Amino acid sequence: MSTVTHAPAVPRSSAFKRFFTAREIPVAGALIALIVVTYIINPRFLSPQSTKDLMLNATIMVILAVAQALVIITRNVDLSVGAILGLAAFGTGTVFDMFPSIPLVLIFVIGMIFGGLLGSINGMLVTSAKVPALVITLGTLYIFRGVLSSWAGSKQYFSGDNPKAFGNLSVDTLVGIPIITIIAVVITVAVAMFMSSVRSGRDLYAIGSDPDAARLFGIPVGGRVLSAFIACGALTGLAGVLYASRYNSVGALTGSGIELDVVAAVVVGGVAIFGGSGTVAGAAIGAVLLSTITGALTATRVDKFWQQAIVGVLILAAIIIDRVVSLRRARKLRVNEAKNV
Amino acid sequence: MSKAITTNSRGQWSRRLIGHDAVIFYILISVVIISMVTVNYFASTLTVGFLLIQVLPILLIAMPMALVIVSGEIDLSVASTAGLTSATMGVLWRDSGLDIGTVMALSLLVGVLCGAFNGFLITTLGLPSLAVTIGTLALYRGLALVVIGDQKVASFPKELNAFVLSKIGNTGIPVMMIFALIVIVFFAVLLHFTPFGRGLYALGYSPQAATFVGVRVGHAKFWMFVATGIVSSMVGIFLTLRLASAGPDNGTGLELSVIAAVLLGGVSIFGGKGNIPGVVGGVLLIGTLTYALRLAKVPETALIIVTGGLLVLSVVSPSVIAWGKERIRLNRVHREVQGQSASGITRA
Repeated sequence: MSTVTHAPAVPRSSAFKRFFTAREIPVAGALIALIVVTYIINPRFLSPQSTKDLMLNATIMVILAVAQALVIITRNVDLSVGAILGLAAFGTGTVFDMFPSIPLVLIFVIGMIFGGLLGSINGMLVTSAKVPALVITLGTLYIFRGVLSSWAGSKQYFSGDNPKAFGNLSVDTLVGIPIITIIAVVITVAVAMFMSSVRSGRDLYAIGSDPDAARLFGIPVGGRVLSAFIACGALTGLAGVLYASRYNSVGALTGSGIELDVVAAVVVGGVAIFGGSGTVAGAAIGAVLLSTITGALTATRVDKFWQQAIVGVLILAAIIIDRVVSLRRARKLRVNEAKNV
Repeated sequence: MSKAITTNSRGQWSRRLIGHDAVIFYILISVVIISMVTVNYFASTLTVGFLLIQVLPILLIAMPMALVIVSGEIDLSVASTAGLTSATMGVLWRDSGLDIGTVMALSLLVGVLCGAFNGFLITTLGLPSLAVTIGTLALYRGLALVVIGDQKVASFPKELNAFVLSKIGNTGIPVMMIFALIVIVFFAVLLHFTPFGRGLYALGYSPQAATFVGVRVGHAKFWMFVATGIVSSMVGIFLTLRLASAGPDNGTGLELSVIAAVLLGGVSIFGGKGNIPGVVGGVLLIGTLTYALRLAKVPETALIIVTGGLLVLSVVSPSVIAWGKERIRLNRVHREVQGQSASGITRA
């Protein structure tokens, strides 16, 4: 409270300093260090083909992490994303099977609407039943996966079944960057700008830091949380469509088990698991970091079995760093307040 | 306060008979009866055997998990701990030349260490358990891969594999159920009849208040996570012997099934609420329903929908009921106020 009133009295930290204390810096630093070290050990790690593969592998994870970050910032979580991704990916295959000549734009719209609908089921259950999202989305994780399994059965759609132009989205490049990666970057930038400068985006942070205070302040908490879930579902649906473009086959098991990886990427990216702080850009960097590790380990000939253990260590390191930073910041605030009394 | 009065006057027994865990048992009993009548081959001792062997891992881990969730925390790393135990057991048995008893004891130590590491991060460093155990979920599974690679070890003593699957006489009840019963009774007594257990409820309601009334919060949480680790390790050993194979992927995905069963059993995810009988009911309900539907040749895929639907229903229905009650109360208050203003009492 008093920090706000005394803010002008405190020497304003320079833009330079603010940049280096941002929450994304540790993870971005880790990513750069990883790439540099791997490149020094094995220069072929950054060959054009290998770079393209790295970007392609990160694309879907980035979109999923951005979507998940929206929900986690509001102090919720969506565990059903793996199943939504699978449904959207299989749905894409089905639509192409029925209407082979459908315009590509339309398939993205359908995927996003489909995902948004599934997200709205989560959102409505969370906001109207007032039950933690962790439980609800654990339930819908099973339900959506069950629906997908009974819909798909043993059927699979292969990339050969899709129109050539659709598959080319993950092959063609623009100035060396695959088209679907550009889509992911555009989405990340758009959502990041929304979260940092649009009022309803800032509301999501307020809700995540203290839902009761946000309600007292006049923020329509239920509506905002519902929209966050719908947005998360829609972006996950989009990721599902891109998944169908990127990977060879989609079926009943597409995307299973991916939910915890996504949450891990978001946490590594500096988004607090209990909401209120972190950025979608951080979450996106976290996703890139986690998916780059695989490639880096292969390039440096580290035993592939170490990969998952290293991911685990990274997640723990991210949480510990976050904790240390926030404790420090809290102490600094207290000291500053004491000086201003 | 008025709530306390109404519950007291209603009496302890009637309250118990309409409580959440009682409802779970009514549903469980109806499912059993309906299945016995309508599903072929359900009413046999074979059913008891298969069903119990199937649910045993979930039942075991659900016990410490219930305590962890009651105390307001969560542990997602249980299945990975089981996997790491299985991998360690396999490698020790293959390479060390120790006898199987020592190997199993050493494997249990894995669970102690995994649980203690979780507990250390959560209590000493004060990190959120949800985030920590997502991290150790990946870490322990990763270590399992490091320990055993993508190999399998299957040369365990045949007698031991047979023992794990053996039944008590011709009742169809697996011998391992005796062991499970010991674990259930242990955790039930711990939660319901010891100061430590009562402390966990206090902790789940409010950690600050619990600290002030003298609950050693960090200490209690730490040992809960160690207990979860140990039981997960036991399940790892059990799965290894049951499948007669030690691999890095034993028990994958178990964590979400366990949490679903615990929540279905009436434990509140916010902590502070729930009991062991309810959890046992929840586990058995999911197990029985799955088994009966499978016997009735309902496709596997519909089963997942049923599990998820049950979970959502079990958490949504109390809110709906509470909402209904609140509406009725508000209506009554509204009518009373109207009645008062009608009788001439206006604003002062």
